[in-house]
Amino acid sequence: MKYIEEFQNPDLAKRLLDEIHATVTRPWALMEVCGGQTHSIIRHGIDQLLPEQIELIHGPGCPVCVTPLEMIDKALEIASRPGVLFCSFGDMLRVPGSGRDLFQVRAAGGDVRVVYSPLDALKLARQNPDRQVVFFGIGFETTAPPNAMAVHQAARLGVPNFSMLVSHVRVPPAIEAIMCSPDCRVDAFLAAGHVCSVMGTGEYPELAERFRVPIVVTGFEPLDILEGVRRSVRQLEAGRHTVENAYPRAVRPEGNPAARAMLADVFEVTDRAWRGIGTIPGSGWRLSERYRAFDAEHRFSVEDVTTLEPAACRAGEVLQGLLKPHECEAFGTVCTPRTPLGATMVSSEGACAAYYLYRRLGGTPVPAAGKEANPVG
Amino acid sequence: MCLAVPGRVLDVEERDGTRMATVDFGGVVKEVCLEYLPDLQVGEYTIVHVGFALQRLDEESARRTLDLFENLGLLEEEFGDPWEAAASEPVVAAGSEPAAAAPATATATATATAAETLTREVGR
Repeated sequence: MKYIEEFQNPDLAKRLLDEIHATVTRPWALMEVCGGQTHSIIRHGIDQLLPEQIELIHGPGCPVCVTPLEMIDKALEIASRPGVLFCSFGDMLRVPGSGRDLFQVRAAGGDVRVVYSPLDALKLARQNPDRQVVFFGIGFETTAPPNAMAVHQAARLGVPNFSMLVSHVRVPPAIEAIMCSPDCRVDAFLAAGHVCSVMGTGEYPELAERFRVPIVVTGFEPLDILEGVRRSVRQLEAGRHTVENAYPRAVRPEGNPAARAMLADVFEVTDRAWRGIGTIPGSGWRLSERYRAFDAEHRFSVEDVTTLEPAACRAGEVLQGLLKPHECEAFGTVCTPRTPLGATMVSSEGACAAYYLYRRLGGTPVPAAGKEANPVG
Repeated sequence: MCLAVPGRVLDVEERDGTRMATVDFGGVVKEVCLEYLPDLQVGEYTIVHVGFALQRLDEESARRTLDLFENLGLLEEEFGDPWEAAASEPVVAAGSEPAAAAPATATATATATAAETLTREVGR
């Protein structure tokens, strides 16, 4: 059991691992949905501590990675327009569109600003009434409520020069799409903890029942992930398929009702394209009719942007768990964090970035960055 | 940006009809919107995502997570300067051939170097 001493509570980690090892009798594939979980797994070598029969498959849980190229090209187009002040989270700066990224747009004279919160973008709009301030609204159910609040406040305070380029995505339809794929080999899901902090667990029992797949709500600390794996394996070995909450300190069954109410007011469910995966029915949000005036896509007429996806990038297969990053020919050669072909390599939550960062190149694993391994057990 | 960071509420006030707080994230202090957790009080811990408090957290869990994030360099990633990080990278158009790709040698030194580079590259 290498690297276990890096865990916050090595004794507890050892106990969880011992139980997992003792429980497993057959091969199982578990998909972790959250990109933060992927990084924690690779960083701590959790996949290598588990029995050989257990495979962890990395799911589409990085919001930057799944944002479709069309939407990034629309962002670049809007950000290049005169009089526009374009706001984004920092993660998006180096995500390549068809030919450039936001950093390059800024270098060419575009006014691109990084904000920590969508409310900062709204503040900029109020401070610059002569400019069009556009916020790039991406993310899963964790990020959608804050972005919804910014639009709600813009309407309440009457800020006409604020708009949002909306590309929000929802986890449950993605799980459904993965389970419906003929290539699917997922036996259980580790559901994303912070998505459930907002949405609760109510969307999952139907999925667990329909696809006979255990869904365990899991945090992203090493012990959280081991506990999620332990519970998943216990269900699989017993032939059960229910929803369990292994992250109760941050997830209540009802989620956050105030945030969910705001989501229901500001957004409505729509079909959404996922980068490399394609369109998944009902998998996204767009602004509801009441807030349509704040939709940047309409305000700037960018519906017909054409895109050019790099042929060598296999991020779509990585996002669906069909390919491990190091199995891609471009990984670590043509495609690196300095020269990314796709968002999975450049995003801080991307699976390819995790493999590159922690040198999972398909050969002998090396302990996490900058630390020496002191194998125990 | 998917990261949700625990923090401790330092004070609460009404601004523009919105309940706001200042929250301490292990030394970094940020303005946080409390509209989704309106009854949060000074001294309590909460999970904050992109400037919004989303759930309460007990003090022990919050402190443990903050320690972990600090050790992993995630706090710097969350609150550091993304322009500085992006500026340290060469400009490469999507789909073009890079001039020199990093060799994939799995040595401890290369690991540390690559990790340091990537921390700058993906940090924000």
